[in-house]
Amino acid sequence: MRALLALLVRDLRLAIRQGGTVGMTLGFFVITVTLFPLGVGPELELLSRIAAGVIWVAAMLASLISLDRIFQADYEDGSLELIALGPTPLELVVLAKALAHWLTTGLPLLVTAPLLAVLLNLPVNGFVALIAAMLLGTPALSLIGAIGAALTVGVRRGGVLLSLLVLPLYIPILIFGVAAVEAAIGGFVVAPHLAVLGGLLIGATVLTPWASAAALRLALE
Amino acid sequence: MIFEGEELVCVRGERPVFAGLDFRVGDGEILLLEGRNGAGKSSLLRICSGLLKAAGGRLLWDGRPADEDWDEHHGRLQYVGHQDALKPVLTVAENLRFWARVNGVRVSAGGVDKALERMDLRDLATVPARFLSAGQRRRVNLARLLATPARLWLLDEPTTSLDTVASAMLAEVVRDHAAHGGMAMIATHLDLGLAGARRLALEPYRLAV
Repeated sequence: MRALLALLVRDLRLAIRQGGTVGMTLGFFVITVTLFPLGVGPELELLSRIAAGVIWVAAMLASLISLDRIFQADYEDGSLELIALGPTPLELVVLAKALAHWLTTGLPLLVTAPLLAVLLNLPVNGFVALIAAMLLGTPALSLIGAIGAALTVGVRRGGVLLSLLVLPLYIPILIFGVAAVEAAIGGFVVAPHLAVLGGLLIGATVLTPWASAAALRLALE
Repeated sequence: MIFEGEELVCVRGERPVFAGLDFRVGDGEILLLEGRNGAGKSSLLRICSGLLKAAGGRLLWDGRPADEDWDEHHGRLQYVGHQDALKPVLTVAENLRFWARVNGVRVSAGGVDKALERMDLRDLATVPARFLSAGQRRRVNLARLLATPARLWLLDEPTTSLDTVASAMLAEVVRDHAAHGGMAMIATHLDLGLAGARRLALEPYRLAV
């Protein structure tokens, strides 16, 4: 347990000291979302209709571009093999690292999303659903992304491959994440969509450690 | 306690590196791995650590297969590879403390300070690792061995970029480790002056005609 906490604290400290990493992800998120009003025009009605989808897609891309941070640096400087040789099972290490990724990516995205929703004129009754859906969906993004990051850790410039692997797996989160917000705006029940997102999150929590750890062990051979 | 390998076979990319290799290290013993480049010194150490799976043969710890419980096996070894595994933005002491914690060692016990002292890194403790020279980085990596006690040390070319003073320091540390009953397997080209160390010569594998 102490080892996992040390790992989490170190990853957070690295993210803060290296600066930029959190800021860059957020900057990417904000700029991508801002491009839409410029691209499709300032029609409030159109914007409010696409708001949820735009925010979710931008959040996914922002999460995606920071995925290589999870394992890449540790793999390249030899830290990963030493961590793998530590007494902590690699499966739990993966969970700790995915959590660190969420805290430095998903959480800032979650905090910024309501502001961008205002920019896109999201109807007021969609806000709570957006936050709830992102609270369940963004950790799943980090977890599923960790599988892709582990699979491409040994690949030089594996960024494109990583997106090809991970983005299709993000589709269910996108569908139900947007559906939850739409339901709230339309006055329908939000709970089923959130329940599916919760299910996806639980599934990812269970599957990610095994898949990522297996991929990392292969990469370390 | 005895750590031994029986009939180990190593294959890298369908090319056999060595086959039928036996070794044995007991308490307080040092085993020096010698051989040409590509003879499989690093591969043998990685097999011993569990990072690399042997294509054949067995690893035994006190007669019990090490692959029965890799986590337990990892708990009794420390590995120093080609890379120094230091985070440039963390200070020397922070890097060491991290490795101690990851290995489940209580930092408050003062092991890290002692390790810094021993590898002559006291003055560098608060310096971010990105400002260190190659030899200093290596010393921090080796200090990891002292900060997190382990029975078995697997050292792959530990003297890389060390000067003569630091190499002597390393030899002293290894001798001390052995004197306290520890085991070490060291791949090195340099004569560390370890009296009583046994040698294992690795031959490049040749297919029998």
